[in-house]
Amino acid sequence: MLTYTLRRLLLAIPTLLLISLAIFLVLDLAPGDPVADMPLTIPPEVREKIRLSLGLGEPFHIRYLLWLKAFFWTEPLYWIDARFGTDFAQGAQRIISFQSRSPVFDIIAERMPQTLWVVGLSYVVGVLIALPIGIISAYRQYSWFDQIGTFVSMVGYSVPTFFTGVVLIVVFSVNLGWFPSIYDTTLRVTDWDSFLQQLRQMAMPVFVLALFNAAQISRFMRAAMLDNLNQDYVRTARAKGMSERVVVLVHVLRNSMIPVITVIALGVPTIFGGAIITEQVFKVNGLGQLLIIAIYGNDVPMVQTLTFIFAILIVLFNLIADILYGILDPRIRYD
Amino acid sequence: MRMRSALLGAAASLAFAPMALAERGADGHVNVIYWQAPSILNPYLSGGTKDIESASLIIEPLARYDNTGMLVPYLAAEIPTVTNGGVAEDLRAITWKMRPGLVWSDGSAVTAADVVFTWEYCTHPEGGCAQSSKFAGVTSVEALDDLTVKVSFSEPKPNPYGPFVGGQSPIIQKAQFENCLGARAPECTDGNFGPIGTGPFRVVEFRTNDVIQLEANPNYRDPAKPRFATMTFKGGGDAAAAGRAVLETGEFDYAWNLQLAPEVLQGMAAAGKGVPVSAFGTLVERIEVNLTNPSPSLPEGERSTARHPHPILTDIRVRQALSMAIDRELLVEVGYGQAGRPTCDLVPGPEVYAAKNTSCFAQDIAGANALLDEAGWVRGADGVRTKDGMRLSLLYQTSTNAVRQDFQALIKQWWSEIGIETELKNVSASVFFGGDPGSPDTFQKFYADVEMYANNFDGTDPEAYLSAYVCDKAPRPETQWQGENINRFCDPAYEAILAELSRTAEIEKRGELAKKLNNMLTVESFTIIPLVDRGRVSAHSNTLGGVVLNTWDSELWNAADWYRIK
Repeated sequence: MLTYTLRRLLLAIPTLLLISLAIFLVLDLAPGDPVADMPLTIPPEVREKIRLSLGLGEPFHIRYLLWLKAFFWTEPLYWIDARFGTDFAQGAQRIISFQSRSPVFDIIAERMPQTLWVVGLSYVVGVLIALPIGIISAYRQYSWFDQIGTFVSMVGYSVPTFFTGVVLIVVFSVNLGWFPSIYDTTLRVTDWDSFLQQLRQMAMPVFVLALFNAAQISRFMRAAMLDNLNQDYVRTARAKGMSERVVVLVHVLRNSMIPVITVIALGVPTIFGGAIITEQVFKVNGLGQLLIIAIYGNDVPMVQTLTFIFAILIVLFNLIADILYGILDPRIRYD
Repeated sequence: MRMRSALLGAAASLAFAPMALAERGADGHVNVIYWQAPSILNPYLSGGTKDIESASLIIEPLARYDNTGMLVPYLAAEIPTVTNGGVAEDLRAITWKMRPGLVWSDGSAVTAADVVFTWEYCTHPEGGCAQSSKFAGVTSVEALDDLTVKVSFSEPKPNPYGPFVGGQSPIIQKAQFENCLGARAPECTDGNFGPIGTGPFRVVEFRTNDVIQLEANPNYRDPAKPRFATMTFKGGGDAAAAGRAVLETGEFDYAWNLQLAPEVLQGMAAAGKGVPVSAFGTLVERIEVNLTNPSPSLPEGERSTARHPHPILTDIRVRQALSMAIDRELLVEVGYGQAGRPTCDLVPGPEVYAAKNTSCFAQDIAGANALLDEAGWVRGADGVRTKDGMRLSLLYQTSTNAVRQDFQALIKQWWSEIGIETELKNVSASVFFGGDPGSPDTFQKFYADVEMYANNFDGTDPEAYLSAYVCDKAPRPETQWQGENINRFCDPAYEAILAELSRTAEIEKRGELAKKLNNMLTVESFTIIPLVDRGRVSAHSNTLGGVVLNTWDSELWNAADWYRIK
């Protein structure tokens, strides 16, 4: 198992390098210009100077290698410096955002907590709702619970979050006035009141995203349970006189979890990716909103770095999902 | 409407004038939302309006424009003119005297050295300063004494109020940015995110592309201002959400630039928590006519260049017919509502420069048809006119934007009524305005017969704007397709008047010349077909007083005077 993990990790290096090159090429070839959304009153020669000052005068391969060096060498050094108070980096060139002219990683670090709180919490809530719904729906197939569950998950699955989000804002912010329509990113939780305030402003985005996540996962859970419920080993377990509780929650559930684990694990990187649309609707200053603003502003270093971080996470969680199989089902061994 | 809101504002400020005796910070907290989030608070490193306007709360220029387009001294003691001796007789120098006793928010004195440093900062060759055009033609900036600065120009400047005037070129503190010159500018994140200024507010916390926390500047020059102790400046989202937050839920006090469909805005305003306010500047949505041939059959490098005049549109009668067929009132109603009014001018303001033509307001389909008949264009069986075997068919491009696509559809319909076939095209704004010489879809390259977009000019003087329409400034391969003369307009008579304008300092005479130039481009030659004078609509809550919408400078120009209506 250990050698397998190591082998996979080594294999990930060329994969990621290839991905980074692909991202860089796509962004480089894509149309768009970081000075495009500046007012037309700025004359062309000034624009050209701005472009040069952003480092766009260098040829493609130089920019790519500089970015690689900054990502894998300079930025970790800065992180170590910040962590242990050392001075390894010695003012080396960091990855600088075109829009704000500040280091990309500082901005990412500033925004990570909001994304983890809102999107991460909604994922946890979504999974916690989805698993029991999926299990009960499968166990009592075609019951009224199953029908309602199917209906709700179809709604959650097919109605886009930008629609549910705005509907919730109109109902709960504009008409009822219960929740704020704009997330206050400067709120610090210091006492009971500010904690309640935080809960109130997180309620709507978390609900929207949890509905969406729960819909997906509960369908997978239900399907996987149905596959297993009719298997011979279930009959055997029942014949041995085990309680229904043990049969369903230990035998069937454990076997059904394998595909569900894949779905859940592969969904984790998307948490870090932020919920681009939902964050935009509720003005949560997370990574998804950061990405969309960077794309609009043609902020290439920011888009490049964020997408690459997502790529790393996806590769990593693929590996984690594979390892989890082995833990859930001892028959699966990779060595 | 504009008049009404101006009067209401004036009445409100009179009614509440006695309350202005209150002290600094008495009115607590104010929330401002800009749906485009500020990325940086240094206008010299960003051309974005959101960045310039948010920074205008913190750093200030020597003088600003007020809501009528007149100059008001800010850090300067008075506006230098030829009459008071501040501007040299030969128009080659301007001498600014600063208010005595000014201090930065950190308590140190503001001196002429800071002004000189600001010039050095922006004109550093490696800096990539976004506002360097403000300093064009400046040969030197010297400090004559601690409070006097002399700006010298390489040639006579009838309008010497470029450097250090308006939100785009505020004074930055030398001590803070001393080590940030040129290529090192982006390294100074602390300064770029938290400049030390003289404005009514100072930065407590800046989160890029998200939110700014501000507090009253304890060293602001007027001890009674600002009335608000703290401000939250939230950025991001979309115009609809910003409008909703002010007009419907009341969570915010001020929302910037609500580019919304007229009926959406009306619906929001009906909730009664706030009021939309509008004002007009110089932004004109127009159709630009290509005077050169964009045909794809021409070799690359010759398309849309002066070498090949346009086969159809060089006939002024066709251009005039294009303009006559358009119902501008309807366009305003569909696209802009309160935020627009029909115009026939390229320069719709300020007052002294506006020609105020109205000849194009009435739609005249019959007249346009007659004109095309006269020009020899004959209707074919399919309703499209032809002449010498050439169909009257135009490619009409613009950027992707809901209102622009509505306009395209309407105009296509009107043009079809006068026998013109129109092919519509829309290009993503980042490409269209991107200026990439490799792309065939930029507005400068103009590989189309007509195109529509909006443009305006900085400040109140249209000279630089009008001087774009000279032969030399046509985008072409030799200039990497850069240049502002989008139409490839080329007229020696126009350039002669332009030269006269650049020698004239007297304001009325300048106005007359500018009007003449405006007419040569619009109602006399139909090279530019202006459609809508686009104003700005912002909204403020019913409890926020003192808002005076200004399109000539930062919208937040008078944030020091804002107060809470109790």
